[in-house]
Amino acid sequence: MRNRLKEIVVISGKGGTGKTSIAASFAILGGEDVVLADCDVDAADMHLLMAPEILLEEAFFSGAIAKIDPALCTGCGLCDEACRFDAINEQDGKYVIDPLNCEGCGYCPRVCPENAISMLDANVGDWYKSKTRMGTPMVHAKLGVGADNSGKLVSKVKEEAKQLAKTEERPFLLVDGPPGVGCPVVASLAGADYVVIVIEPTVSGIHDLKRVQELIAKFRINSGCIINKFDINHEVTSDIKAFIADAGIDHIADIPYDTAFTEAMTIGRTIVEHSPDGIGKYLSESWVKIKQLIQLESEKI
Amino acid sequence: MKIVFTTKGKEMDSMMDARFGRAGYLLMYDDDTQQHIVYDNSESGNAAHGAGPLTAQKVYELKADVIITGNGPGDNATATLQMANIKVYVGAGNMKVSEALLAFQQAKLTEIKL
Amino acid sequence: MNVVIASGKGGTGKTTLATNLASYLALNHKVVLSDLDVEEPNSALFVKGELQQQTDKFKMIPKWTGECTECGICQDVCAYNAIMQLGKHIILHAQLCHSCYACSELCPIDALPMEAVQMGIMNEAKTPVMDFIESRLNIGEEQAVPLIKETSRYVRDNFPDPVIKIFDAPPGTSCPVIEAVKTADYVILVTEPTPFGLHDMSLMVGVVRDMEKPFGVVINRYGIGNDDVLDYCKREGIEVIARIPNQRQIAETYSRGELLFEKFPDVKSALEQIEQHLFTLNREVVS
Repeated sequence: MRNRLKEIVVISGKGGTGKTSIAASFAILGGEDVVLADCDVDAADMHLLMAPEILLEEAFFSGAIAKIDPALCTGCGLCDEACRFDAINEQDGKYVIDPLNCEGCGYCPRVCPENAISMLDANVGDWYKSKTRMGTPMVHAKLGVGADNSGKLVSKVKEEAKQLAKTEERPFLLVDGPPGVGCPVVASLAGADYVVIVIEPTVSGIHDLKRVQELIAKFRINSGCIINKFDINHEVTSDIKAFIADAGIDHIADIPYDTAFTEAMTIGRTIVEHSPDGIGKYLSESWVKIKQLIQLESEKI
Repeated sequence: MKIVFTTKGKEMDSMMDARFGRAGYLLMYDDDTQQHIVYDNSESGNAAHGAGPLTAQKVYELKADVIITGNGPGDNATATLQMANIKVYVGAGNMKVSEALLAFQQAKLTEIKL
Repeated sequence: MNVVIASGKGGTGKTTLATNLASYLALNHKVVLSDLDVEEPNSALFVKGELQQQTDKFKMIPKWTGECTECGICQDVCAYNAIMQLGKHIILHAQLCHSCYACSELCPIDALPMEAVQMGIMNEAKTPVMDFIESRLNIGEEQAVPLIKETSRYVRDNFPDPVIKIFDAPPGTSCPVIEAVKTADYVILVTEPTPFGLHDMSLMVGVVRDMEKPFGVVINRYGIGNDDVLDYCKREGIEVIARIPNQRQIAETYSRGELLFEKFPDVKSALEQIEQHLFTLNREVVS
């Protein structure tokens, strides 16, 4: 069996389920076998547990912003007429772009008779190559506020992390995925070998689980579920188990409600470091199980 | 028959790329001549939006009959492929191109109905 | 008065606060709650209203007439790869279209007139004490911003002051959140007293300051983590309007989709404090 890189993506649908905390513990458990990718680029948190030392920082460009050269602008207003996003305003007889509203569609340069408008690549964030405090290679990013969170930055982070996994010869790429079911999540799922879905047994949680499942089914990726704080609602926990059994999603673990989760985070540690024989045990067992499930799948090919 | 593979490299023993829209290369193999050409797909990969459709358009321009890939195209790319009457086979994400070709010839891959 | 509830981080209790605050205020005031998290609206799970009306929401996209001179201008001008020319065929990827109208207006033979296509729905409901508006984006639709914009405008137009308008914003700090916050009179940032909560809240603080919006902070699950959030707010001169204590029973009640303030006096007093605060801000509305 060829030693091929295996990509594990941890997502949650709804935010706040413990996804990042759990993914961080897996990173620690994986040790030298893992490269870590934090693809939760809009308000990323993984670095708060991993204390990465940044080795490389790169600006990230996506989309464009229009810019009007006041020296060439004659105030004809054709740009304002063309713009559908209220991004062009008159100011002292000339026209200016409102960067918060500009969508970068590129229409206004085409209508300007003076060629006064140019489209500039928008620097919407930065990405980083780092080493965590445990020496694990980590790729992460920071998306600027108000930015368009397409899948592009997520894809970039994953690509770079995959490259690292190859050069450092590590068998697992562990991805902390974004919340929701939109384009960033789709980008984080592309090429995944296994998806771990972390959810809480609440009505919101199961509601969002169903949406996540639709997405995963579309991409035909094997997946498993961890039910976090399962004991706050046994009824919904049962509903979730029934749902995942029906949907062909593996059941990885049920983790009880425990203050150790936030205690660990508060001191900048992962759960497996803070409470290895307590709650941490559920995570170390989950990690073993996930690897087994992936191995089983790959043996089928 | 012209078969396009989504790949990570330029040779028949390169690894397949499981992705469609952001696949690194498109390798087109002609099974009559047994020759292949490679198209660098990074422009599609660099698109913020519409990577899938751009790649699909490229496949159309290459006049491919069949695409062999890993996970499959997303919804947006599918519209283009449908129009172009190209058959899409998935499940070849974890192997070399030559192995994917063999799997296809042995009818081991799944065709997805667009 | 437009009150927007945002958070930066997901899972801090934005929807919990929005639904409970709205329901509580509705006991004594005229209130409308609007869920602007159009990709994953959750408020309806807690606010059980009777559906009054469901309206389709549309966006404008080009429709191809079937004629083409193969000039390629449409594909060339589109920044989103939403329109492609394949020989004599034009293919439109509706979900990628940002409705900029460029291809439509620049096509030399007017072969791409714009038409309205459905991209989501808006549900209007009534509970015994308040109105509730929720919009839901179709799965696969990329553009949340137009639906958020329309929903927000609809609420403001149809529920003018003195109705208190509570908006539940999407999580994060990207453009859908910006859109939701644009027309706020006041923003309440909900956070939890942990490193993740502090980090993500500080990002949102940057946003609301850039947008010059008055804002305050509500700390949810107070008691876990540490006091760094409190220290941060003190240093930055940010008002902490209320704290909701961490209680396992609160999590359990929430998990069942129930409102909290009737059962938990601590939650109720937090809501009272918020009400007081809003009252100080805008006497004529909250009276």
